[in-house]
Amino acid sequence: MSPDILFYFFAALTAGSALAVVLNKNTIASALCLLVSLVGVAAIFVLLDAFLLAALMVFVYAGAVVALFLFIVMLLDTYGGDRKPFKKATIVSSGFALALLVLGLVTFADRGALETPAAEASATAVVPVGASLRAYGEQLFTTYLLPVQIVGFLLLIAMLGVIVLSKKFEGLEDVK
Amino acid sequence: MFDFYFEIPHWIRLVVQGLAVMLVMFPIAAACSMAERKIAAWIQDRPGPNRTIAPILAWVPGIGFLQRLGLFQLAADGGKFAFKEDAVPGHVNKLYFIAAPIIAMIPALTTVVAVPFGAYIDSAGKLVPIVLANVDLGILVVFAVSSLGVYAVILAGWASNSKFPFLGGIRASAQLISYELSMTLSVLPVFLWTNGPLATDAPGSFTGSLSLARVVEFQSQAGFWGGAWFIFLMPLSAFIFLVALFAETNRQPFDTVESEADLVNSFGSEYGAFKWSLFYVAEYAHMLIGSAIFMLLFFGGWNPLPWITLSDVAHFLGFAHLPIVTGIVGIGIFVGKVLAMIFFFMWVRWTLPRFRYDQVMAIGWKKLLPLAIANLVAYTIGIALL
Repeated sequence: MSPDILFYFFAALTAGSALAVVLNKNTIASALCLLVSLVGVAAIFVLLDAFLLAALMVFVYAGAVVALFLFIVMLLDTYGGDRKPFKKATIVSSGFALALLVLGLVTFADRGALETPAAEASATAVVPVGASLRAYGEQLFTTYLLPVQIVGFLLLIAMLGVIVLSKKFEGLEDVK
Repeated sequence: MFDFYFEIPHWIRLVVQGLAVMLVMFPIAAACSMAERKIAAWIQDRPGPNRTIAPILAWVPGIGFLQRLGLFQLAADGGKFAFKEDAVPGHVNKLYFIAAPIIAMIPALTTVVAVPFGAYIDSAGKLVPIVLANVDLGILVVFAVSSLGVYAVILAGWASNSKFPFLGGIRASAQLISYELSMTLSVLPVFLWTNGPLATDAPGSFTGSLSLARVVEFQSQAGFWGGAWFIFLMPLSAFIFLVALFAETNRQPFDTVESEADLVNSFGSEYGAFKWSLFYVAEYAHMLIGSAIFMLLFFGGWNPLPWITLSDVAHFLGFAHLPIVTGIVGIGIFVGKVLAMIFFFMWVRWTLPRFRYDQVMAIGWKKLLPLAIANLVAYTIGIALL
């Protein structure tokens, strides 16, 4: 089995289940399709030798985030609920967006070209950043230190917002 | 002697090895259910299942010992589950109802690939771990795959389409997600230690690895600090991991998930026969893997005693040049430790009462998680100062 066949298989799985997330009428089934899609993305990471990213993808997104999605969906509506049929405007605009995307891709494949890496760079066999914990950690704490800090602050702000929104303030003593 | 084995294609060998591990693990997981009944009986001072026997075997002399151990009861129960009518209630969501027990088994049996379970000494005198896939991300792979087990419970609870299973599914998923955090945080000091300043003078390159086999190698070095198991160096980490392990495997005292007093049989209420038994085999498989991880991280893996390593024993008894004997001894010691841990699980189950559900959540979020964070910070500062 060559990696190409595996890539096509997992790409089809990812894209197909992503489509099913949108088209499925049952919200629980949608969330489960999202789970399959994320596992497919993790498999593509493995094919790219980014084992750490694959493990984190499964651990964080497939293992926790989708579980919370399911949790919320089930608490809001016990039976998963049937989604309303799409409006005509939604169908037309999404078809238009899809056509634009396909057009862009076709144009790119026809005329554009990806920058090919220099020959000597590939000869020295660079370790992919996402492959090992060590390479990934070193990059995070040197080259990408500022983005990591900014993302950390964003997450902190979101967390504070959640605490403020979800806490029931009896009277106003707590706020003071 | 075994040269023919290495001549067959690599992928066939991988399949054979995987099947071999599964063929050992699946019966042990099933036998645990019988062990549970016998241990419960001994703790409550009654004989437990001791009468079942196949009619023909009853004439074999000396077989009464196995009969009294309940070994034939296990076979009869297994047969019963396989041949019983596998009813599917009319009001369930059939696809997800049938998928849930299968989804329960997949992560439970998949995590074993990254768990080393023994070691042998190769011709160069180096200790080589026995593991299906010796990946550098060891513990992360185990945590990632085992975190998928929550979907079986959620789906079983939801697809059963009745109130008690649904409540049980919600409880179980909340409990699993809550204790996963403490569990992950509690093992970080171990990996900080194995990748920390002490790692540089250790044999081989230890830095930047989450491999479980290397944690064991680290506990089998020479000297007082090198040979100490991590239970002595980080007792609090081990305690937090143990508590989280009990909660993650839904065992007493965190058995709120299937507390039969208030939830009938929780997410398993609508299940019967083979599908029901799959849930329980998956639970015991989770316990086996969890105990194995606990033994690897904190109890020296395949080393028989603290400060006495497997290679010491092999050299002392003179079988170090026989990789197969060393491997079997190593696996034997490790499996023995894991089974002792399983016994501990059952002992606790018949000793402690069950927590109330709000207590489970309070312990998880308000006590265990802050403790795990404080533990991590303390060890980080300590290891940085070394």
